[in-house]
Amino acid sequence: MMDASIIRSYLPIFAQAFTLTVIIGWIGIVLSILIGMLSAFVLYFKLPVLATVVRCYVELFRNTPLLVQLFFLYYGLPSAGVRMSAQVCGVVGLGLLGGSYMTETLRSGLETVPLSQKESAYSLGFSKAQLFVDIILPQAVSVSVPAVTANIIFLLKETSVFSAISLMDLMFTAKDLIGLYYNTTESLILLVLFYICMILPVSFVGNWIEKRSRRNIYGD
Amino acid sequence: MGFEVLLKGKNMIRLLMGLGVALKLSILSVVISILAGLVTGMLASFKKSVFYIVFRVHLEIVRIMPQLVLLFIVYFGFSKAAGWNLTAEAAAILVFSFWGTAEMADLVRSALVSIPASQYESSRSLGFNSLQTYLYVILPQVGRRLVPLSINLITRMIKTTSLVMMIGIVEVLKTGQQIIEANRYQSPNAAFGVFAVIFLLYFAACYPVSRLSKYLEKKWEN
Repeated sequence: MMDASIIRSYLPIFAQAFTLTVIIGWIGIVLSILIGMLSAFVLYFKLPVLATVVRCYVELFRNTPLLVQLFFLYYGLPSAGVRMSAQVCGVVGLGLLGGSYMTETLRSGLETVPLSQKESAYSLGFSKAQLFVDIILPQAVSVSVPAVTANIIFLLKETSVFSAISLMDLMFTAKDLIGLYYNTTESLILLVLFYICMILPVSFVGNWIEKRSRRNIYGD
Repeated sequence: MGFEVLLKGKNMIRLLMGLGVALKLSILSVVISILAGLVTGMLASFKKSVFYIVFRVHLEIVRIMPQLVLLFIVYFGFSKAAGWNLTAEAAAILVFSFWGTAEMADLVRSALVSIPASQYESSRSLGFNSLQTYLYVILPQVGRRLVPLSINLITRMIKTTSLVMMIGIVEVLKTGQQIIEANRYQSPNAAFGVFAVIFLLYFAACYPVSRLSKYLEKKWEN
């Protein structure tokens, strides 16, 4: 039913696809964290106009599937004159989707810091900038860590739809090999194993960080 | 920009019917997930039982494997390995219900576990029997936590069912592609308009539901 030699011969092909998926996935994740941080600051400081734009962006991307976003970016935008390669499209799509999730996560992290912390900082003579950098940010970050890890895992799973814009990722490779040689079982086993390699470590690291960062919750 | 293509003939209606296919699959899967999740979640709330272990394994599988991978395993793998020739629709409903059940069960379980023991003890001391305790004290509180979160599961389900085009179901994205192909010569730039409209259609389907979930969550806070 299962042929080890087929698995061995498929291994390098899957390894290559795995590398591509991981690289594009993580660049997208870094981008999403950057977008999320900027947008969360905009919402937290209630910057006029920008806050409305950010809120629209967050609602728009949280309420649509990545597949539809990628189709729009990859097949739709070229008709309007914006052309991106599949790789760039994957990064941008994942970054925009993830950015909207990260914004919500980081904003609610910032808002968990109680008012008393700010008042105490002011009474100790902290400036506004010091208050934000030394008091609010560290606490907000440690509160948001579990939710950010959950978002990262979600985004890594979402990379599976990259194959729809003909990026040669793990799904694309599996589907291609199944179509070519009909070794369905072997291809699917490798697909599952490589996804486990991609996501399980993040899940473990996430649990470990969560346990450690619990010690850093002050107040209350 | 390609919007005019959708006004031609029955194109817009076809697109909406494509969305209907996706929504039908998500509603079916949501109903199955909620019913199965309620039962599994209640069983899993008994700590250190077999149910809890089975539930944990189920949840871990769903948390680690992308839904598309599960879809491929069921649609392509089962037919080869087990000889099950599932239709794409059946495979989709099976996978999304498998995923949704685990998520729903987790919501039910954590809502049940979050009710403090003092609530059970107080009802006991007020002379409620177990049935009354559940009906009048526990379930109303669990319901308040559960309803917004399960409504949120509906939007996630709607978004996830867009994946079914990857196993060949003709839904809204596929219909969009067909419309673009059919009008290739008259309007070569139709892709922008068609995919923008699909984007907005999904938004229109999910946004009200996620607003409702947020509204109920705020209303029933504390």
